[in-house]
Amino acid sequence: MTQKQVLSLKGLSKRFGPVVANDGVDLALYEGEVLALLGENGAGKTTLMNMLFGHYMPDAGTIEVADAEGVLHPLPLGHPQAALAAGIGMVHQHFTLAETLSALDNIVLGTEPLFRLRRDRAAARAKIERIMRHTGLTAQLDVPVGRMSVGERQRVEILKALYRDARILVLDEPTAVLTPQEADTLFDNIGAMTRQGLSVIFISHKLREVLAFSHRIAVLRHGVKVGEIATGDADERVIARMMVGADTPETPRETLEIGPPVLTLENVSVVGRSKRDSLAAVSLTVHRHEILGIAGVSGNGQSALAGLLSGLTRPSSGRMVVDHIEITRFQPRTMIREGVGRIPEDRHRDGIVGAMSVAENMVIERLDDPEVQKRGLLRRDAISANADRLAADYDVRGPGVNAPARLLSGGNIQKLILARVFEQNPKLILANQPTRGLDLGASAEVARRLLEARARGAGIVLISEDLDEVLSLADRIMVIHDGALREARTRDREEIGLMMAGEMA
Amino acid sequence: MIRIEPREAPSRLMTLGIPVLSALIALALAAIPLAFAGAPIAAAYREMVKGVLGSTFAISETLTRATPLIFTGLAAALAFRARLWNIGAEGQLYLGAMAAVAIGTGAIEAPAIVLIPLIILAGTAAGAAGMAVPTVLKSRFGADEVVTTLLLNFIILIFLQMMLEGPLKDPMGLGWPQSPPILDQGMLPPLMDRMRVHSGLIIALVAAGVAQFMLMRSVWGFRLRAVGENAAAARHAGIRVNRTMMSVAVVSGALAGMAGVSEVAGLKGYLTADLSPGFGYTGIVVAMLAGLSPVGVVISALFIASVFVGADSMSRAMGVSSYLADLVVSMSLLCVLIGGFSARYRIVRTRAIEAGSA
Repeated sequence: MTQKQVLSLKGLSKRFGPVVANDGVDLALYEGEVLALLGENGAGKTTLMNMLFGHYMPDAGTIEVADAEGVLHPLPLGHPQAALAAGIGMVHQHFTLAETLSALDNIVLGTEPLFRLRRDRAAARAKIERIMRHTGLTAQLDVPVGRMSVGERQRVEILKALYRDARILVLDEPTAVLTPQEADTLFDNIGAMTRQGLSVIFISHKLREVLAFSHRIAVLRHGVKVGEIATGDADERVIARMMVGADTPETPRETLEIGPPVLTLENVSVVGRSKRDSLAAVSLTVHRHEILGIAGVSGNGQSALAGLLSGLTRPSSGRMVVDHIEITRFQPRTMIREGVGRIPEDRHRDGIVGAMSVAENMVIERLDDPEVQKRGLLRRDAISANADRLAADYDVRGPGVNAPARLLSGGNIQKLILARVFEQNPKLILANQPTRGLDLGASAEVARRLLEARARGAGIVLISEDLDEVLSLADRIMVIHDGALREARTRDREEIGLMMAGEMA
Repeated sequence: MIRIEPREAPSRLMTLGIPVLSALIALALAAIPLAFAGAPIAAAYREMVKGVLGSTFAISETLTRATPLIFTGLAAALAFRARLWNIGAEGQLYLGAMAAVAIGTGAIEAPAIVLIPLIILAGTAAGAAGMAVPTVLKSRFGADEVVTTLLLNFIILIFLQMMLEGPLKDPMGLGWPQSPPILDQGMLPPLMDRMRVHSGLIIALVAAGVAQFMLMRSVWGFRLRAVGENAAAARHAGIRVNRTMMSVAVVSGALAGMAGVSEVAGLKGYLTADLSPGFGYTGIVVAMLAGLSPVGVVISALFIASVFVGADSMSRAMGVSSYLADLVVSMSLLCVLIGGFSARYRIVRTRAIEAGSA
């Protein structure tokens, strides 16, 4: 690897009111290098990248970017256009593609002058095809993005950045939405790109892939860069300790005798608006003291299954029995009454009412409870005492229980939801992507609480796209693909990965 | 280059101060059309203040004007808090007034202690029904309530004209399309001798207090806020969104209907098709100005009423058009909207990108 520096961040600092998001962060990036940027949620990774990309104006510090000749120039701060022009490309976790346009249109969009009558697409197409040849990134250029798989959409996003002559590519949690096989392909592509001289910063939570694919690892904690290490010298334990400042507690997992069934689905079908939210004659059983892991790539029917267990979706056929009671009214309140605790996938949309207080969000599922209300009036003292107790027990940190819930960080919002769900001692728990976007500490807390509920006798349905999480928590694994569920008889990553891709009968 | 950035946390001072500041700026801006109208500006403002606060009569007029605006403002504020866009307060007001007239003009002979509550009950029920229908259409068929409530206003107004030419027409009215007068024992008692301000104002103030209390302290208010702020999360948490919407619709419609009762049984005594100079629509402005807070509605209704009454007496004294009042109300709404925006965002000037920085 050459040691030609392409990017230099010096002393970058950013405060939001009293919160220090970044404090004097230095970072260097060299040509052809893959730098992994690690850190817990709220450690300041995203803020740092947003300053690099011109979305935020740093309070202090400088950014220098090398031009094509390798000479470092200061980058005007706070200007996305300047960052783009300097060759910095960013691929966000949530794609920014127009679904009805073709891949080609999406890639070219924004680079053409607005007022021109003829469009010359031949040159653009040739350039994209050349990039695809060099990097191994493939995408069907004439197919609307809406019809593409998540992996292919991501490749379109990357092509979009490369088409704009990016020499520095920032990938924000690129593998969160991919199958293991798709992730491997992505890393092959990244390898090819770096051999062409491209430099990559990639943000991830998954230690395994960071160790496997990066050259260097930089770790942020509380807005400060706490360490930088050549990947060859690192192992999971070392990095985890750098990230959280201490050894992560191993989740102790006792072997338990499986209890009686607590959830049974018999040939349940759901007809959704699209295939993505449909289920085809699904059957499953979850017992007390058991975690059933549902592995699969997103958009294969998980939302229909989760909707069913949350009471948001009604089946078109089949039976659903929760602890000997057949569910006939598919409403969230029925499920709550039958003792089903639900951790929603999108915690901001379905989990909390952001404008209402933390304390109110903690009781929102039991407004009929005499502990919460008396003759239709809220018992405010009881509600805030409950909130104080839960915030302490579940370590919900933030500006206080009377502050709007939206001011909490993602991890603390999840802890609020955990507190609300687990306090009711549910018989059955639906945990839909419970650790997505959470840092190591909060993820470990979620895992610990799930195992605790399992020990107490709850049955748990864990839906996750993170195969490592399913493998480490689940007693039994089923794979969802195209709305159908199949039992995985193995715990082999490779085999399950193939089932996730629907490649095995 | 100019950029817009969200502010981190709007301060309490800002959330309270900005509506007040906006109102003052709007008043100040009124000087421009005044100058165009050729009126001496200082004298015009003096007349305005005199018309609002200058005498017991002036104060009574202002409070009288504020009364229906408090009701319609509350109707809009509660509905909007639940993201139920009730644009139909004007129609619901007339439904309430029609029901009041139907009961109160002799159909039932009863002493005041019985008749007044009956009139109120009938008026609020009619208003509630007027909002329940579009809400059922919304939750059953997805019909946009902005459209249905707005258009219902015109249907109700035409229905009113039909009734005033038919069953509700006063046989003693010399052919005018107006209802017979409400019985004396059906009238809301006045608050002051020889003044127009009536006990509808007391009902309005109590309604605002109760609305504020219910919104913040009751389970119903909790559900309303949750549905309004995040319907998906409310539904997920087991709150019946449609049922909550329906209850809000009923309360909102009832409040608008009460505005009609208060005008017809508190002030005019009989019903005509020009009972309301757009109180239903102005109620939306009142609610927005109040930041959808029920207690705030009282203050903003008083402000808007002052502007109308003040501009009215100014225009009489100075000989300028009373449409100036509409102008000031519109400007204060615009100022508040801009002010609310500037409380949440700030505009940042950044230097232009130097050429060749790439």
